[in-house]
Amino acid sequence: MNKNNKLKLVCVGNGMAGMRALEELLKLAPELYEITVFGAEPHPNYNRILLSPVLAGEQTLPEIVLNDLDWYKNHNITLHLGKKITEIDRVKRVVRADDGSEAPYDRLLLATGSNPILLPIPGMKLPGVLTYRDIADTEGMIAAAAQYKNAVVIGGGLLGLEAANGLKLRGMDVTVIHLAEWLMERQLDRTAAGLLQKSLEAKGLKFRLATQTQELIAGESGRVAAVKFRDGSTVAADLVVVAIGIRPNTELAEKAGLHCNRGVVVSDTMQTYDPRIYAVGECANHRGIAYGLVAPLFDMAKVCANHLAQMGIGRYTGSLTSTKLKVTGIDLFSAGNFQGGDGTEDIVLSDPIRGVYKRLVIKDDRLVGSVLYGDTVDGAWYFKLLRDGRKVADIRDKLMFGESNLGDTGHQGQNRAAAMSDDMEVCGCNGVCKGSIVKAIKEKGLFTLDDVRKHTKASSSCGSCTGLVEQILMFTAGGDYSAAPAVKPMCGCTDRTHAETRAAIRDHELLTIPEVMKFLEWRTPNGCASCRPALNYYLISTWPHRAKDDPQSRFINERAHANIQKDSTYSVIPRMWGGVTTADELRRIADVVDKYRIPTVKVTGGQRIDLLGVKKEDLPAVWRDLDMPSGHAYAKALRTVKTCVGAEWCRFGVQDSTKMGQDLERGLWRMYAPHKVKLAVSGCPRNCAESGIKDVGVIGVDSGWEIYVAGNGGIKTEVAQFLVKVKTAEEVLEYSSAFLQLYREEGWYLERTVHYVHRVGLDYVKQRILDDAAGRKALYERLLYALKDEPDPWAERVAGADRAQFQPLQPAASREGATA
Amino acid sequence: MSNWLKICALDDIPRLGSRVLRREGAPDIAVFRTAEDTVFALEDRCPHKGGALSQGIVCGNKVACPLHNWNIALETGCAIAPDEGSTKTFPVKVEAGIVLLALEQPAHV
Ligand code: SRM
Ligand SMILES: Cc1cc2nc3c(=O)[nH]c(=O)nc-3n(C[C@H](O)[C@H](O)[C@H](O)COP(=O)(O)OP(=O)(O)OC[C@H]3O[C@@H](n4cnc5c(N)ncnc54)[C@H](O)[C@@H]3O)c2cc1C
Ligand code: SF4
Ligand code: FES
Repeated sequence: MNKNNKLKLVCVGNGMAGMRALEELLKLAPELYEITVFGAEPHPNYNRILLSPVLAGEQTLPEIVLNDLDWYKNHNITLHLGKKITEIDRVKRVVRADDGSEAPYDRLLLATGSNPILLPIPGMKLPGVLTYRDIADTEGMIAAAAQYKNAVVIGGGLLGLEAANGLKLRGMDVTVIHLAEWLMERQLDRTAAGLLQKSLEAKGLKFRLATQTQELIAGESGRVAAVKFRDGSTVAADLVVVAIGIRPNTELAEKAGLHCNRGVVVSDTMQTYDPRIYAVGECANHRGIAYGLVAPLFDMAKVCANHLAQMGIGRYTGSLTSTKLKVTGIDLFSAGNFQGGDGTEDIVLSDPIRGVYKRLVIKDDRLVGSVLYGDTVDGAWYFKLLRDGRKVADIRDKLMFGESNLGDTGHQGQNRAAAMSDDMEVCGCNGVCKGSIVKAIKEKGLFTLDDVRKHTKASSSCGSCTGLVEQILMFTAGGDYSAAPAVKPMCGCTDRTHAETRAAIRDHELLTIPEVMKFLEWRTPNGCASCRPALNYYLISTWPHRAKDDPQSRFINERAHANIQKDSTYSVIPRMWGGVTTADELRRIADVVDKYRIPTVKVTGGQRIDLLGVKKEDLPAVWRDLDMPSGHAYAKALRTVKTCVGAEWCRFGVQDSTKMGQDLERGLWRMYAPHKVKLAVSGCPRNCAESGIKDVGVIGVDSGWEIYVAGNGGIKTEVAQFLVKVKTAEEVLEYSSAFLQLYREEGWYLERTVHYVHRVGLDYVKQRILDDAAGRKALYERLLYALKDEPDPWAERVAGADRAQFQPLQPAASREGATA
Repeated sequence: MSNWLKICALDDIPRLGSRVLRREGAPDIAVFRTAEDTVFALEDRCPHKGGALSQGIVCGNKVACPLHNWNIALETGCAIAPDEGSTKTFPVKVEAGIVLLALEQPAHV
């Protein structure tokens, strides 16, 4: 061990994957290693994928640097630029560079990226022949464009087309040569590729498809002058860019005897066959795949860092990738298996006049692939459906028309991220406009939705602009960076998902938050404001009457049993069963308003009355004088049961919806849940109580009641889905309660019923509630048991519980004393 | 000599919680107690938009503001990056189970 007792970590390759892994490592264990980095290029780490905008003249080289030299210095990283490692001595555990310098290691990280594939034809070494991989190539193309006229790009894939576009914009006459019958044949189907070719031709590019190159011919000066094809024809060329593919750069690893097979073979922990040596990024082969895009390398970097930090819990299980072409003015997106095949169905929209083509491939009721051309607004959304493996039967008829068609509110249906001007607002909650997001992405080198949320606050509140922010990320940064793994950890304190955590609490009978954190190896001593409330809910919902509620792990509203307002006063909403009140109650409310000088009295959207601007210390007295139960308007719990007047008064009413609503509310109040829960009962299909957008909506019909579930009237309007029709009020209670108990037991914290049902599928819910009568009754029983003896929190506090939090400390003069 | 003020017993503050100290003509002070029984005192105003930090969730040596979830370091009163800003801190200590707070730094020592 060395003088300062730190382990030595050497990273070979100063590119996107290697530096990302180091960044992740520094977050977890900043002091564990003495770090040395070798980079063959003479530049600090830069955003390779932005070479295309640089070539196109849309960005400059300094703008695409991700980690400047100060970053290395500030983290005490020894950086060797322009030095290529030529040898790994695995016995002595030393690496050697081409200039003879050496560095010993305890752990070695290989992040050597890929090499462009060369053509096995004469003339490849001529001056004027380039590949497209790094800054040197890009600078070479920019220089050639300033001096020469004719360019030939060999390869009509992503890189080739971006190169061709850039050279064209720099004034060259560009011909693209492609071996296959259509462009980007690995990412596009023939129709989309045809549209793409047409738009590129409109920009002035020329194409020769199904064409094989035979030779590059030198001119008099010795520089390349023409390209000759198999059929004997030629095209003039002062610059030839070869972009026919990449191959993982495994030269060094192979020489060191590490097992390689189209990439350095790694395990799920990103370790090579030598456990001291890790590999990440394009040079790695994981489960048979060597990726060529950045999204996977972020996931790899995270897992690798976790193991380097000796935490040993993350596993990389592979990534789904999507493709986006970065040619300004061309919208193209593809993901998954878009070619279709056995057992798949296609939904196709083709509008050649508008230049729009969309193809969705569905298999077993799940989206498995998509190609979008001309309108890629919903790319991120489709990709999410694809990654999550969500069933699509319920939205299939609207799928093609995109996410906004499902009713997103808050940004005027404004979705075209690219078309938005910089001053247009993206996040309505936090007042963030497009310009600030783009600026943060560029200046701070952000890649993920989480990063953007942290730095700009956009999409961090109600989340309705998430899709839009993802699109801006895509457009600004180039790839689909937001490819959060389908299995997302609960928060930064752990790698466990909500599902894993819930299961552990149940299977191992964990009863307190510290027990859960110890058992599941939480990284932080007492969690954060995001995981603690979730854990508290999981404990009390899994072990009712056994796990003890922890008020300090609840958001202030649930601790104070009132809603905090912007000026730190509180609002009080008493319960009015089914929206029905009395003269007596109204009189008491009026008296309380006078006595405590409450500034605002408002009728809420939930059929009851809100008293706004109450001081915290007045809360217990206000509750006492109101003498009404808590409305839980502040809690992840049963909120309201809205009703209409129903059969008792209404000339159309066929069922007593008011009484039904009151019975439901009396049966379910004090019920905590993963998120808030709202019900409504209407007395006839005119549905005046808006039962169609509630977590549980009940509609009276002549012969009984229809029950709808998983509606939502908030951020995104989602119509509730029909669950069942029943005859009696008792059945309404039983079925509704059983559904809500299922959600209470299986929902993730902050997941509303609509999201829960999307996740598990309505079929599953039907199976649990309708097909399994005994299971339904058991669910109902469990809910009744959980609610048994659950007190009204206001009455409890009026009686004196939890007094301290409502009483400020008063520094009495008499207490003053010099003790020190 | 410093003017240490007895404000409450340590056990009057819940672990991972806080109490508020009202002052005449001056902003309230939030007094926090961590899981390890360390006590911190900050002006009860978030550097973002003035949220009452005393009402936040305490984790480690940080408090998450109840209004927009900024995290504030209890030792320094500084917002955790990427947020920026700080709130005033006050010296506090615990002696024999009593929490003592120094409201003004003495002019001379
Ligand atoms: C008071 C009230 C507005 C009013 O003056 O009418 C209200 C006020 C708030 N709503 Fe609401 N919502 C109110 C009815 C609604 C309704 C209408 C309804 O319930 O019929 C909806 C749409 C229906 C739904 O939830 O599906 C609604 C959808 C939301 C949402 C979006 C929820 C979603 O999943 O999409 C939020 C944000 C959240 O919960 O994360 C929200 C959040 C809030 C919060 C709690 C914001 C906050 O975190 O501080 C507001 C609290 C104000 C306060 O301090 O008192 N409020 N909110 C209504 C109280 C009803 C009640 O009697 O309890
Ligand atoms: C023009 C262009 C556009 C792209 N566009 C996109 C896009 O839109 N979306 C997307 O997802 N991906 C895109 N990519 C791919 C993306 O850039 C790569 O997936 C990513 O950079 C891979 O990161 P890496 O760290 O594995 O390799 P690299 O970033 O290539 O880093 C490897 C580094 O290691 C160095 N090195 C290699 N061997 C040695 C050695 N023996 N000693 C020292 N140093 C060594 C190399 O010089 C290089 O700097 C694009 C790539 C290019 C070239
Ligand atoms: S839904 Fe409308 S019509 Fe029907 S009972 Fe209610 S108020 Fe009357
Ligand atoms: S006021 Fe504290 S986070 Fe906004």
